[in-house]
Amino acid sequence: MSESWDVVVVGAGIVGAACALECASRGMRTAVIEGRGIGSGATAAGMGHIVVMDDSPAQLALTHYSQTLWQELSKSLPADVEYERCGTLWVACDEEEMQEVRHKSAVYAAAGVATEILDGQMLAEAEPHLRKPLAGALLVPSDAVLYPPCAAGYLMREALRLGAQLFTRKVHSAKAGVVRLDDGTELRATRIVIASGADACDLIPELPIRKRKGHLVITDRYPGFVRHQLVELGYLKSAHSVTSDSVAFNVQPRKTGQILIGSSRQFGAETPEVNDRILASMVERAQWYIPEIGGLSAIRIWTGFRAATPDKLPLIGPWPEDESLFLAAGHEGLGITTSLGTARLLVDHMMGTKTRIPIEPYMPVRFARSVADA
Amino acid sequence: MHELANSVTLTVNDISVTVAAGTTVAAAMLIAGVSTRRSVIGEPRGPLCGMGICFECRATIDGVPHQKSCQILCADGMMVRTL
Amino acid sequence: MTEQFDILVVGAGPAGIAAAVSAAGARKRVGLVDDNPDAGGQIWRGRATQSAAARHWIARLDGSSVTRLQGCRVFDAPAKGTLRAECGGDRRELSYGKLILATGARERFLPFPGWTLPNVMGAGGLDAIVRSGLPVAGKRVVVAGTGPLLLAVAAHLAGRGAKILAICEQAPLRQLIHFGAHLIREPAKVLQGIEYGWATRGARFQTGCWPVEAHGSDKLETVILEQNRKQWEERCDYLACGFHLVPNLELPVLLGCSLESGFVATDDVMRTSVANVFCAGEPTGIGGVELALIEGEIAGLAAAGRTHEAEKLAESRKQRLGFVCALKHATVLDPRLKTIAKDSTLVCRCEDVSFGKLREHANWRDAKLQTRCGMGSCQGRVCGAAAEFLFGWDAAQIHSSIRPPVFPVPVSNLGATGKLNCQDDGPAMAGTSQSKEVE
Repeated sequence: MSESWDVVVVGAGIVGAACALECASRGMRTAVIEGRGIGSGATAAGMGHIVVMDDSPAQLALTHYSQTLWQELSKSLPADVEYERCGTLWVACDEEEMQEVRHKSAVYAAAGVATEILDGQMLAEAEPHLRKPLAGALLVPSDAVLYPPCAAGYLMREALRLGAQLFTRKVHSAKAGVVRLDDGTELRATRIVIASGADACDLIPELPIRKRKGHLVITDRYPGFVRHQLVELGYLKSAHSVTSDSVAFNVQPRKTGQILIGSSRQFGAETPEVNDRILASMVERAQWYIPEIGGLSAIRIWTGFRAATPDKLPLIGPWPEDESLFLAAGHEGLGITTSLGTARLLVDHMMGTKTRIPIEPYMPVRFARSVADA
Repeated sequence: MHELANSVTLTVNDISVTVAAGTTVAAAMLIAGVSTRRSVIGEPRGPLCGMGICFECRATIDGVPHQKSCQILCADGMMVRTL
Repeated sequence: MTEQFDILVVGAGPAGIAAAVSAAGARKRVGLVDDNPDAGGQIWRGRATQSAAARHWIARLDGSSVTRLQGCRVFDAPAKGTLRAECGGDRRELSYGKLILATGARERFLPFPGWTLPNVMGAGGLDAIVRSGLPVAGKRVVVAGTGPLLLAVAAHLAGRGAKILAICEQAPLRQLIHFGAHLIREPAKVLQGIEYGWATRGARFQTGCWPVEAHGSDKLETVILEQNRKQWEERCDYLACGFHLVPNLELPVLLGCSLESGFVATDDVMRTSVANVFCAGEPTGIGGVELALIEGEIAGLAAAGRTHEAEKLAESRKQRLGFVCALKHATVLDPRLKTIAKDSTLVCRCEDVSFGKLREHANWRDAKLQTRCGMGSCQGRVCGAAAEFLFGWDAAQIHSSIRPPVFPVPVSNLGATGKLNCQDDGPAMAGTSQSKEVE
C-alpha cells in the first residue's frame, strides 16, 4: 500500500513530536512513525532541563532561541508536563570558578539572556543544603524543567489534532522518498525527517552520531530540599570531553519534590545496565556538593543514551546524500531544550522561510565531506 | 528476642502514646488515630499491606522522612510525625 | 564490607526458616536475611499468637547456628554470587555459594471508590498490623476479597475480640464447593476450616460478594457491599480486603530465573534455572504454609548437598502440589471486579493516578511513562497487580518494572564503594573517572 505525504517524521521523541507539530501547523500532510511509544527513548531517560548553554556560540544561540519558544508555549502546557521555571544555578567552588561565572554572565548578557551573580552568602540562602562555603553561582532565572514524556505527548496530541497521522510501527528503511515500515507498508513522501536520536544510524549508517550513555537516580519526595536546577561549572568540562568517562554534579528538583541526581557520560558503553563505578562516582560528587543528599531515599536508577555528534551541535537540515532526507537528530543532552527550536529551524528552512537564527552551524552538510572521504 | 511486659512511650504528632513493647510505629499511629502520610493530592493515608511493600505507612521518624513504619518497632522517646 | 556465606536464604517466613534450619550444621555457614524486625514473615508475624508449627520452627531457628540478618533489605544483585542489602542505613555486600530465595507473596489489591481511606487495609494487611500491636477488641471489621486467607484472618481477629460483621468472598458458591471437595482429602485442612468456621460463627459469610464503595471523611466509616446486584451498607472500623496473593518475584527476575505461568520454575529439589539459586514457598506457586515448609526444607537440604534427603522429601511435596492448583481455581476473580473502579478511583496510590487516566493507554510501559503510575516508591507492586487484572496488560512488562534498587535505599548506598569519604579538599576533577578501566 503506498501513500503520499508532504513529510514523514521518523521518531516521536520530543524532537520528532516537535517537528511533527511544526509541520502539521504549517499545513503539511504529516505522518509520524513511532515503533515503541511516544517519548520513550532518550526523551524518557533525560532530566527534562530547559537550559541555555554556552559551550559554543552556535549552542548558545540555539538553546536561547528554543528556551524562548518554550516560555511562549508554557502557558498552553497541561499540568502533567510539570513545566516549572525554577532557574539554573551554575555553582562555583572557588575563585577560579567565580571568574568563569563572571565571564559566563557577560557572554549570556551579550546574547540577551538575563543572569544574576550570587556570592557565597546569597548562594547559601538560595540553596541551604549546598555545602558551605562555596564561592558563589550564576543564576539563570529563565531556565526551566519539565517532564519530557508528557511534553512529547502534548506536542504529538497537538500535531494529531492538526491532522498529522501516527503509525505505531518500526521503520525498516527510509530513502529516496520512500519510508518502508516493518509490516511492508510504504509511505511515499516529499520529505523524510529522521528524528530517531541515537538510533538514527540504523537508517543512515554514515551519520556521525555516537551513543553517549548517562545515569540518573531519582529520589522520593523532599519538597523544598533543592529549589533550582544545580549544575557545577565543571559540567562543561565533562560534557566537552570526547573520550573519557566522566561524571559531573547536576541535581534537579521535580515539581513533585522528587530530586533527580546526575550526571554521567560514557562513550563506547552501549548496553543499558547500570555501571556501579560510574554510579558511585556520580553519587560521591553529588554528596560533595550536597552532603545531606546521601540520606535521601533513592527509588530508581536508570540509564539512557544521548545522541552525540563530534562538534556537540545537532544535525538540523537536509542530508546531502539524499534529496528527500532531512535530519533532526544528534542533540546530546539538549534535546528537550532545543526540540522546539530544531523544529522551527528545520521547517523554516524546508519552506524557504528566513530562520530566526542562522541554521548553517547545524546543517548536516558540514559532515558530508568527512563522510565522503571516509 | 523476647517480648518484654514493658511498655514504650513515644510521641505521635505531639500526642503522647504508650504501647506494649514490640509494637510497630504503624500500629502506634493507628492507635493515636493519625494518618501516616498525605498523598500527592493531599489524601490522608494509613497502612495498607502491613508488610513493607505498599509504602503507605511511611512517616517521619525522629526527623527522618519516608520511614516504613510497619517495619519499625516503637522506642522510648521516639518522635513520629505524619509525613 | 562483604560477608561470606555458604548458603544464603532471603526471606524469614516459613519457607526461609525451614530452608535455613535445614541447611545449617556440618560446617556450612548459613545466613538468613529478612527485612522485618523479627522472623516469621507474614503468616507467623508476632510472637503472641503463633501456631505450634511456628513456635517449633522458630525455636529451631533460634537454637541453630544460622546468622540472622533481620531488618535487612536486599536491593541489588550486582555480581554473580553477591547480593547487596541495606541494614539500618548501612550497606552490606553478602556473598554466597548457594542462594535460596524465599521471598514469599504479597496481597493483590483491587481499587474501588474509597479504597485509599485510612483503615481500609489488606486482609493480611490488617492481620499483620494487629500482630504488630494494634488492638481490635470491640472493633467492627468487614473482611472481604478472596481466598482462605479471609477465614484465617477473620478467625484470628475474632479471637482478639473484634466483631466480624461479614466475610465477603467474591468467588461464587460453586467455586468454593469445588475447593472444598479438594480440601476433604487433607484432614488437617478440614479441621482448620472447622476451627475457623467456629471462630467466626457470628459473622455473615457471603459468596459472590465484594465491596463497591468505602466512605468516610478522613478515615473509614462505612462500606457498601454488593451481592447479586443488591447492595447494603455496613458501619465499620476496619475493612480488611485482599484478593489473594501474588508472588514476590523481583529478586528471582533480577537474577534471571525462568518463570512458568507467572511463578518461578523449579525442579523437584527447588533448583531454579540459574545455577546455585533455589527458590521455595509462594514464589514457586501459592500453596500455603505446609507446602512452604516442605519446599524450604527441600531447598535447604539440597543446597547443603544432602541431595538424597531432599529427594525423599520431594515425594511428599508432590502430593501437596494439588493444593496449589485447587487454590488457583478457588480464587479466580469475577470479571465484574473490573467494573468497581470508577474513572476517578485512584489505581496508583504512590503517584495518585486514576483509573480514568490509565484507561487512556494501551500497555503498562506507555501508561507508566505518561502517567507515572508505577514510578513511585512501590515500583508497581500495588498498582501493577491491579492493572494486570483490570486491563489485561502484559505481566512480564509489569514484573520487569521492579529493578535495582529493588527497595528504596539511601542515596549513599548506591554504587560500587562502601561508606563514602568526604573530600574536604575539593571535588575530584570533572573530566576524569575514578577508574580508567574500560567497560
